[in-house]
Amino acid sequence: MRVIEPVWELGRGLARTFASLFEKPVTVQYPEEKREVRPRFRGRHVLKRYENGLEKCIGCSLCAAACPADAIFVEASENTDENRFSPGERYASTYEINMLRCIYCGFCEDACPTEAIVLGDNYELSFTDRRQAIYPKEMLLEPVPDAAMTTPRKVEPGVYQRSVPEMKDPQD
Amino acid sequence: MTKQLTLTIDGVQVTVPEGTLVVDAAKMAGIDIPVFCYHPKMEPAGNCRMCLVEVGRPVIDRATGQAVMENGQPKIQFMPKLETACTNTVSEGMVVLTQTEKVTEGRKGTLEFLLTSHPLDCPICDKGGECPLQNLTVEHGPGKSRFLYDEKQHLAKHVPLGELIWLDRERCIQCARCIRFQDEIVGEAVLGFEARGRMTQIISLSEPGFDSVFSGNTSDICPVGALTTADFRFGARPWELKASASICSQCPVGCNTTFNTRREAKAGGEIVIKRVMPRQNEEVNEIWMCDKGRFAYHYAESAQRLVKPTVRQAKASWTDAFDLVTQTFEASKSDVVVLASGRLSNEDLFNLKSLADGLGGKSILYTDMGGGNLTAQVGVGQGTDLGKLGKGDTILVVASDLYEEAPVWYLRVKQAADRGATLIVANSRHTKLERFARYAIRYANGDEVKTVADLQGDSKIAQEFANAQNAVVFFGSDGLGLNGSANLAAACAKLLQDTKHVGKANNGLIGVWQRANDQGAWEMGFRPEADLASAFKNKIVYIVGADPAGDDPALALALKGARFIVVQDILETLTTHMADVVLPAQAYTEREGTYTSGERRVQRFYAAVPVHGEAKADFAIAGEIGRRLGLNTENGSAMVTFDRLAASVKDFAGLDTNKLAEVKPQWPIVGRGDLYYGGTTYENKQGLGVQLSTAAERGEAVSLPEVRAESALRPREDQLLAVPVTKLYDRGQTVASTELLTQRIGEPTVSLHPETAKRLGVAAGGRVSLAFNGLSAEALVKIDDTISAGVVLVPRSMGLAVREPVSVQVLGLAEAKVS
Ligand code: SF4
Ligand code: SF4
Ligand code: SF4
Ligand code: SF4
Ligand code: FES
Repeated sequence: MRVIEPVWELGRGLARTFASLFEKPVTVQYPEEKREVRPRFRGRHVLKRYENGLEKCIGCSLCAAACPADAIFVEASENTDENRFSPGERYASTYEINMLRCIYCGFCEDACPTEAIVLGDNYELSFTDRRQAIYPKEMLLEPVPDAAMTTPRKVEPGVYQRSVPEMKDPQD
Repeated sequence: MTKQLTLTIDGVQVTVPEGTLVVDAAKMAGIDIPVFCYHPKMEPAGNCRMCLVEVGRPVIDRATGQAVMENGQPKIQFMPKLETACTNTVSEGMVVLTQTEKVTEGRKGTLEFLLTSHPLDCPICDKGGECPLQNLTVEHGPGKSRFLYDEKQHLAKHVPLGELIWLDRERCIQCARCIRFQDEIVGEAVLGFEARGRMTQIISLSEPGFDSVFSGNTSDICPVGALTTADFRFGARPWELKASASICSQCPVGCNTTFNTRREAKAGGEIVIKRVMPRQNEEVNEIWMCDKGRFAYHYAESAQRLVKPTVRQAKASWTDAFDLVTQTFEASKSDVVVLASGRLSNEDLFNLKSLADGLGGKSILYTDMGGGNLTAQVGVGQGTDLGKLGKGDTILVVASDLYEEAPVWYLRVKQAADRGATLIVANSRHTKLERFARYAIRYANGDEVKTVADLQGDSKIAQEFANAQNAVVFFGSDGLGLNGSANLAAACAKLLQDTKHVGKANNGLIGVWQRANDQGAWEMGFRPEADLASAFKNKIVYIVGADPAGDDPALALALKGARFIVVQDILETLTTHMADVVLPAQAYTEREGTYTSGERRVQRFYAAVPVHGEAKADFAIAGEIGRRLGLNTENGSAMVTFDRLAASVKDFAGLDTNKLAEVKPQWPIVGRGDLYYGGTTYENKQGLGVQLSTAAERGEAVSLPEVRAESALRPREDQLLAVPVTKLYDRGQTVASTELLTQRIGEPTVSLHPETAKRLGVAAGGRVSLAFNGLSAEALVKIDDTISAGVVLVPRSMGLAVREPVSVQVLGLAEAKVS
């Protein structure tokens, strides 16, 4: 028995190894090939815009307040119709997220009253310097499809009065 | 003593004085009844219905007048409906229930109504996070509204009520706290309601809008974000702010303040002051402060800040600067003249004085007002609280426009008059305080001393003053220079001494100084000097915290006569341009120290923001120079300096940091958890300060100077006399850098009597040229029919260098001001 047992075990192991030669591989050829993430995956943040291009973020700092890692820094300024970033009176003149501090918990998303900050699909974050890990507003903001929709921009006076849109209860 | 009544609130027995309101009684027992419109500093209004509670009173048998008993207990009859706790005073045996289902339902309903048209834009509201409406809604609100979203009333959201305060009409809940504050507490009814029902809105009734120097306080007590300051607009969220205790350095009241700071991207990532808030000190500023104190703090961030020492106008290291200064001082010891202002802290002044004394030199206080040696002798006694003055007490305000010079004293004196104190206002012109005076005395310029002396006669006013239980005299330098005010102080001191109103609490003399710590400078032994030009001649002049060259071209000329000039300041000025050595000093927001207020209260302030550049604290610079000269001066810690000061300045004996930090319970209760009740004022946890005792109080001999009959220049025939008066918002270094106040600072404007104006052919808003002391200047004209025809009122620190009453040539200029 004493001799047989290790040999038997070894054989069992090798059998497994050989068997897997004929299995379908699970390896994904990253970065050439990328796997789709789950619907509620929480990756790098994006600051969203309304359809008309105005920024959703109103600089309220609620995301920063909710953030357990103190990763967000927001500073607000005042909108005017000549120089409008977002609807209403207030916009974020500084918006930074420190991606090294962020734990991708998604609390910021939950806290946002305008659904401006959203954790996206992107997990490909790399930096060579701590400073690079601080993503400023320009990096976070969604690009505009059309140059005329960029912010800040001049708008018709008196149209965009309300900062916080009427919201339905979240459905999902 | 008032009768004490006992009542039961939620099963807790409370005994309070008769006349107490149910809300306050509950607060004293630690039970919170939510309120919006009620404010403990103001009369109840019953506007908002948030404070609904169930109130029961014992049933009284009409025949016997005794309470009807039931099972051995007094029978309690509850009202069928809820009652407002803020309008009902307590009665014996009352039973109040604040937690029943009925009350909860009542609160829910009230909040649902208050929120019908509320915009619910808390995320962008500057009040969000410290908003009573938010907090009470979370605690008592219904959660869901039955009102239709689409039927919300929409009103203007962005209304400037003047340039300092913004109004959001949708957020206003019509509690009228702001209106009542202006009417009842300030006595300037500049706000009002317009329209009715759901359209009710706040409007400004004044021109310019919200014309009051207390406007910032309304944003503290507004229970919603309807009133916010332009200065803090979108500055930060309240929870992101750090708080540092400080003392306002703009006037001798010494209001306790809190600096709220935060890191700011716009400022390059520096920690900056975001707003200034009052901090409760019921004996100093209660829970208020003025707009100058609240908004004029920006000078510390000015681009004119000195950040590095210079030697002969070239950048130098501290070592080089110190070396040169020490060598120069060493070489000419007793020729050193230290000229310091009351902008400095006690520690700075103490070290500077030690330095001057060590060298055998001279120490001069830079001011145009005298009398500080008298306030140390017959000043107000320990325990003085203007808030306690009332019926039977008398307050005399002479040659001072408290509204412009020391706003919070105006507020407190006005309220003392409301409580029944006899207010005597003596001035050569109308001032805002006069409206509340029982006796208003208008004297001709030059008659200040005579007016005070006359208060010792047997006129009715004199009798009332003499027989007053307590009497406080405020004297200032309205229309007076150094000599005139010193003489006036002597006259006031004599009046107080002769009527035995010295040496006890709530009695004595208060100087309405031109700078926050002038009193402290006097305590440290600094004395003003009438003839600065000869004091500078051929001397080594060390100027600290003052800009003589900028204030008066004559002084600039005088400085040219000095052998060597060292200037230590926070900002670049005309004086620093003339200096051989410039030493950059820290602003008081960057360091700690203590000030002595006009009421001789020593109060401590703390550092709030990091130091600018290489600047050092004034006491440290003076201490370092002293050390290098072999004197044992402290150069490191402000509080060690304070300990040394306390050990060597008699009136400060026994003071230490622990004493300065003592607090006691104050009423009303304010602070973060109680902001729905008292507003967003900060609770005082850092110390109420200590009032110094006076010589009279300690029973020491009081030696008062002779009062000279002639006090000041008088207007003569065919000549106009320019007299200096103080303006709250002036072009002083510490005010002018605040952009927000530019409009209030305005252009230099002199006041003329209508007749004089007519003679000169100018109207209000016109221009005149003034020639005095060999200088000439232009100014706008304002008409004031309360001044005498022979005088021109010239504002101080507005570029017109009138330091003493001086005869002036005035010419009307043809071209009218385009407005
Ligand atoms: S995901 Fe979480 S940790 Fe990251 S920024 Fe948002 S709140 Fe902060
Ligand atoms: S992302 Fe949302 S929560 Fe954050 S500041 Fe902007 S609006 Fe406010
Ligand atoms: S503005 Fe504020 S303080 Fe004034 S009535 Fe409206 S809610 Fe009250
Ligand atoms: S009253 Fe005087 S001390 Fe008080 S805030 Fe105003 S300037 Fe400052
Ligand atoms: S009605 Fe009592 S607090 Fe407003």
